[in-house]
Amino acid sequence: MPGNATNVNIPGSVAGEFLCGAREALPIVLGYVPIGFAYGLIATSTGLQVMETILMSVLVYAGSAQFIAVGLIGTGAEVVTIVTTTFFVNLRHLLMSAALYPHLKKINTSVLAALAYELTDESFAVATATFQKREATAPFLAGLQLTSHLTWVLSSLAGALSGSLLVNVNKTGLDFALPAMFIALLVLQLRSRLHLVVALVAAQCSLMIIRFIPGNWNVILATVAAATAGVLLEGALKRDPD
Amino acid sequence: MIRTEILLIILGMTLVTYLPRVLPLIALNRLPLPTLLYRWLSYVPVAVLAALLGPSLAIPRGELELGFTNTFLIAAIPTFFVALKTRSMAVTVLVGILASAVLSFIF
Repeated sequence: MPGNATNVNIPGSVAGEFLCGAREALPIVLGYVPIGFAYGLIATSTGLQVMETILMSVLVYAGSAQFIAVGLIGTGAEVVTIVTTTFFVNLRHLLMSAALYPHLKKINTSVLAALAYELTDESFAVATATFQKREATAPFLAGLQLTSHLTWVLSSLAGALSGSLLVNVNKTGLDFALPAMFIALLVLQLRSRLHLVVALVAAQCSLMIIRFIPGNWNVILATVAAATAGVLLEGALKRDPD
Repeated sequence: MIRTEILLIILGMTLVTYLPRVLPLIALNRLPLPTLLYRWLSYVPVAVLAALLGPSLAIPRGELELGFTNTFLIAAIPTFFVALKTRSMAVTVLVGILASAVLSFIF
């Protein structure tokens, strides 16, 4: 922020870099508060205890995967199904981690391994935008990511505490909170017409598979089928442009 | 306080979430990702969400329901519209809950 320079912001000092990173987290903080709150609320109204809800935010720290896991726990899915689905949902971080790599080459591997724990869609977006303008340092990234993570945990806690109060009073409409969240996440992911086609294929496959294969495997199988269909269609459209 | 099965789920999720976050950062100079895999991965999030949504909207009570009595399916219409217009998760969830509450009051 221009005109707001203090001696902590001297470039190169560890504390200064950390605080710069924390300050860049502001848009993430604003975004995480309502989503974390919704997660806490939905998790506890699905039957998770407050401690379990918070532990997931501390250890897993992945918004959409946490919503999906809560949904699957609600339907009584097996441990293996939930973990496998999470794996597929979070495979996208491969892309972000790979894209960040060129900026972070100078940082040593064990520090990188620690920083990678905190990588999210949002911190990736802010980090890549920032690293166009300034040098990437480990304390900067730590400040950015720890501020975001702390916000996520605290807003989950707030949601979980209000959720455990709400359940006893009234549940009406709340059972639609999770599908509504999935709708919002889905719409944000629709980046092209092909993505829309992939979504329709996935929904249709999932509905067909669920009738024949028990145990929530429909999500994983439909995902693999639809993503493969997306790649094949993309290839076909490139070869035959009209 | 924390159930064993939930703890297993959380630990398993932690592991499979961490691996894709860390592997490219510590191994990319040795092993670049093939472009085909990149393209495949770009479709995964949208596919997972749609695969979850299909059954939760069309089979809310264990059986396929495509009529007006399925309040989830009807509530999804304004929810999708609001999501497209606002692109805000908070507003979308709020409208969804409200629509679902109103519909379950009517039906």
